[in-house]
Amino acid sequence: MATNQAGLVLRGLSAGYGETWVLDGIDLVVPPGRLVGVIGPNGSGKSTLLRAILGLVPNKAGSATLDGAPIEGQRRRVAYVPQRELVDWSFPLSASQVVGMGRYPRIGPVRGPSSGDRQAVAATLDRVGMGALGDRQIGALSGGQQQRVFLARALVQEASVLLLDEPMTGVDRATEEAITELMGDLRDDGATILHATHDLEGAADASDLLCFVNGRVVAFGPPAATFTPETLHATFGGELMIMDAGDHAHVHGGGHHGGHDSAGGREHGTDRWVG
Amino acid sequence: MGWLTDPLSLELFQRALIAAMVMGATCGAIGAYVVLRRLAFIGDALSHAVFPGVVLAYVGGFPIFVGAMVAGALTSLAIAIVSRGQRIREDTAIGIFFAGAFALGIVLISTQTGYQRDLGAFLVGDLLGVSWGQIAASAVSGALVIGLLVALRKELLLASFDRVYAQALGYPVFALELLLLLLLTATIVVSLSAVGIILVLAMLVTPAATARLLVDRFTPMMITGAGLGALYGVVGWYASFYLAWSPGGAIVLTATLAFVIAFVLSPSHGMLAHRLRRHPQHGALRPAIDPPAGHDHGPREDRVVASVERRHPPGR
Repeated sequence: MATNQAGLVLRGLSAGYGETWVLDGIDLVVPPGRLVGVIGPNGSGKSTLLRAILGLVPNKAGSATLDGAPIEGQRRRVAYVPQRELVDWSFPLSASQVVGMGRYPRIGPVRGPSSGDRQAVAATLDRVGMGALGDRQIGALSGGQQQRVFLARALVQEASVLLLDEPMTGVDRATEEAITELMGDLRDDGATILHATHDLEGAADASDLLCFVNGRVVAFGPPAATFTPETLHATFGGELMIMDAGDHAHVHGGGHHGGHDSAGGREHGTDRWVG
Repeated sequence: MGWLTDPLSLELFQRALIAAMVMGATCGAIGAYVVLRRLAFIGDALSHAVFPGVVLAYVGGFPIFVGAMVAGALTSLAIAIVSRGQRIREDTAIGIFFAGAFALGIVLISTQTGYQRDLGAFLVGDLLGVSWGQIAASAVSGALVIGLLVALRKELLLASFDRVYAQALGYPVFALELLLLLLLTATIVVSLSAVGIILVLAMLVTPAATARLLVDRFTPMMITGAGLGALYGVVGWYASFYLAWSPGGAIVLTATLAFVIAFVLSPSHGMLAHRLRRHPQHGALRPAIDPPAGHDHGPREDRVVASVERRHPPGR
């Protein structure tokens, strides 16, 4: 029944790097044109979920399909934005050259980029506010500018699904706002977007759907239905307690749900994480 | 210019010079990957790993290239397979197979009579002993290595810069890495007659590292590295001819000296230039301080971006 379903469909997707699953039995249906915030504590499997969709984990089970066909056969339709820290930014490359890598699959081996490819790269750099910095050495860019380069590289693929692994980590506020706006625009153009994030409030404000992950999908649905004290505590447990104490306004500031019982949640969380 | 042409009257010396240039260019080209991917240790390991194959070929009378390629390929494969698991790390696997293979070569050569002179030729090269046949094989191998590096430049560069993204796009990253190791092995074989097993590491690293100090883009770095490698081959060979030095030693010393000069004097990345500019070496901070890179690209927008970022420094 689900095999011809449009959009991104995960069925019983499990993923791990060693003997145990980091993610176990994920079932998820993301219709086309939705912006999904993937939320969970450190080590909950947010990054692993994005990698598992692409088939980039050593051990996996279950299936990931896009418009009814396995992702592994149509990887060019999926653009991945890895965490910025994973690459060596001292490489002798310009911002344009890194963005141009998003066109490599369609250029193919041996040949160089066509003028069409160059135009696409220049236009995409403009779109992420980096039009003036295309010739700059990537190591001379700020963290926010490097993240914009990675985003542009994914955009220039002209993919229908974008998977962004913590794009807001270590970037300046202007970049954060630019990325949020861009994700909204892409969603309006029909792209399906999953972005892993630590920023609960930001994700709840910007996303159509929230996916709470902690080794499994704790909750999945519109922010109004899922951004509840119960979901937050079931996902974050003890870690949320720290956020409650340190930055009370942060969790409540989104205004989605005001009246949850911190004391009760604290006990609940402690049981879950320390026990 | 008699001093330049005089040595070339002898065919022996013509052969030596050509072999030195082929070696230098091939090493300098692939050296861009050795430097950027931090493969120096692997390169050193491979040069030792081909040794038993070279000795077997020498003893058995089949082409040295074949023996070296087989030994190098088998060792690369063993390293890649053993280090794929989590228990044995890659550097450990390299240490095991590199030393093991080298020991096998030494044992093999010790079973031959009069081995000490031959061992020296393997270890530090024997430029004056190369035949036209060996030069032809070197030239073909060198051209093949450089040809593949050029043909697959995008794929190899992408897999080197961002492995995960390359995998996400569906590239066979493991196969590309294996190919790079095979090309490295071929380069080492090309270099054996000129600089030998022990010194080849210098040619894999030094010209490319010098090129990195002079240019800021990948393709120019590879071209500059190849050019410098060939140049070192020529300069080193003439030095060895007139000063009666070991050719392999003279070529590598030339490379080392040129690197030191570039390290101090390079206009963009040299020590002196850094000192004069009184810049901290934190490249990531420079966009907020430097003027825009190009005036024809809309400097105004650049200034706005830069000033915004100054107020919100990236939380590194």
